[in-house]
Amino acid sequence: MSLTKEAPPAPATEPVLRKPSTRRRLVPYWLLLPGILWLVVFFALPLVYQASTSVQTGSLEQGYEVTWHFQTYWDALTDYYPQFIRSLLYAGTATILCLLLGYPLAYLIAFKAGRWRNLVLVLVIAPFFTSFLIRTLAWKTILADGGAVVDVLNTLHVLDVTSWLGWTENNRVLATPMAVVCGLTYNFLPFMILPLYTSLERIDGRLHEAAGDLYATPATTFRKVTFPLSMPGVVSGTLLTFIPASGDYVNAELLGSTDTKMVGSVIQTQFLRVLDYPTAAALSFILMAVVLIAVTFYIRRSGTEDLV
Amino acid sequence: MPVLRWLRRHLIVIAGLLTLAYMILPNIVVMVFSFNKPNGRFNYSWQRFSTDAWKDPCGVADMCGSLSLSLQIAVWATVGATVLGTMIAFALVRYRFRARGAINSLIFLPMAMPEVVMAASLLTLFLNMGAQLGFWTILIAHIMFCLSFVVTAVKARVMSMDPRLEEAARDLYAGPVQTFVRVTLPIAAPGIAAGALLAFALSFDDFIITNFNAGSTVTFPMFVWGSAQRGTPVQINVIGTAMFIIAVLVVLAGQLIANRRKKAQP
Repeated sequence: MSLTKEAPPAPATEPVLRKPSTRRRLVPYWLLLPGILWLVVFFALPLVYQASTSVQTGSLEQGYEVTWHFQTYWDALTDYYPQFIRSLLYAGTATILCLLLGYPLAYLIAFKAGRWRNLVLVLVIAPFFTSFLIRTLAWKTILADGGAVVDVLNTLHVLDVTSWLGWTENNRVLATPMAVVCGLTYNFLPFMILPLYTSLERIDGRLHEAAGDLYATPATTFRKVTFPLSMPGVVSGTLLTFIPASGDYVNAELLGSTDTKMVGSVIQTQFLRVLDYPTAAALSFILMAVVLIAVTFYIRRSGTEDLV
Repeated sequence: MPVLRWLRRHLIVIAGLLTLAYMILPNIVVMVFSFNKPNGRFNYSWQRFSTDAWKDPCGVADMCGSLSLSLQIAVWATVGATVLGTMIAFALVRYRFRARGAINSLIFLPMAMPEVVMAASLLTLFLNMGAQLGFWTILIAHIMFCLSFVVTAVKARVMSMDPRLEEAARDLYAGPVQTFVRVTLPIAAPGIAAGALLAFALSFDDFIITNFNAGSTVTFPMFVWGSAQRGTPVQINVIGTAMFIIAVLVVLAGQLIANRRKKAQP
């Protein structure tokens, strides 16, 4: 290889554009091919299959046929709208709680923890390493009737208030909406804290000093400087919490009762036990549509389009 | 009131620590109840101290089998997702090609979809193909949903790489392969490692997609789910506690190594 044959070095800022030769030009496609093929076959194609299943009629014994039976969607909605509304309500509440609980902790790690920062970060991620089902079952112990938590809430008459609001029943927490929301909040908190922390950590500390120098109170500094700059974290954190929470059925099944069933439970039961595939497919399509519309709308509103 | 003033000044720290306590509490309960000797089939209320479960962690039928199955699936899913995901991430950052937008959304969508939707639709595909549900269908599903997370993690690292390092390698007569192995890969390694760790954790702990596509195969999360109905053996808590301790030790060891490296090359 001689020096004269070398292409002139590209400017440092534009390394992407090299002199294209046919072989070079094909490189990205070869790199993409296996992974993208995997996603097309096992993610996109199944969605097409499911769309087709949702408009089929028939029975398990005689087989199903596409009959464009859109009535299934209507039936599914009229039969299961309480579970739908409940799912969105629980997931929404859990998301707001995650934001309220997670923000101080993310802020603490980013600005106040000092040399304890790595330790606290490890503690935030550490629960991940115990199977989430085991940890969710632990809430059964924590919230048990006659346990410390219920006793304290009873003595403080908190449960009277929550019962009046319909969140709890008969002075117990387990098997009520409150337990389910508590479990959802707990399970998805790390998904809120980590993006929040990442965006808070990027904030230049001198901005706080500057705000202080310009006579902003700490509250004003937070409202006008810190919070707006942490918006990307808030947006991706709320999405990472709301999306999985809306389809979750683990918390509702383990910590709730038949009155707290979420739409994920219904899809699972229809699919794996009742074997009513069209209804299950229609339900999961409705859930997907609702979530995608909500997410698109939310991302547009918050103006953070480059999340990935 | 000085107490109130102190509270106000440290409000954020107090709130943050309370959240931390909320997050750690169940782990402590899991740990404490691994030393319980329950009266019935369920390990939900404290009876008396015992180390029986720790002495015989595999004493429950089928539990350790499901655990080793979960580990195998997690290892292979991590390998598959990391290789495929790293390739995609390099292509996305380093090259220009057609259909970029479509490919980006194909990678984003699995992360923006409730798991139960992916689970149900994948099962529809497998049923239509007449596939035998079990190890392979679980592995396929896990690689699918881990892929996007690996791409995101590796992409972030590759994007922040200084391209001049590779140019320097080329200027010093390193061939493309040598440049990649000696320069590019070591710099991208932390991103790849982060992606792989995430994939392992996601796969090992996955329940919803696995539950749909496992057939009669039982992974560890599925075993725990089943035991919530049949009766929870104390051994579940032993495994949970052991996993927790091992993971914390691994993380701490990693930090120690990283710190030492930092000191070695200032």
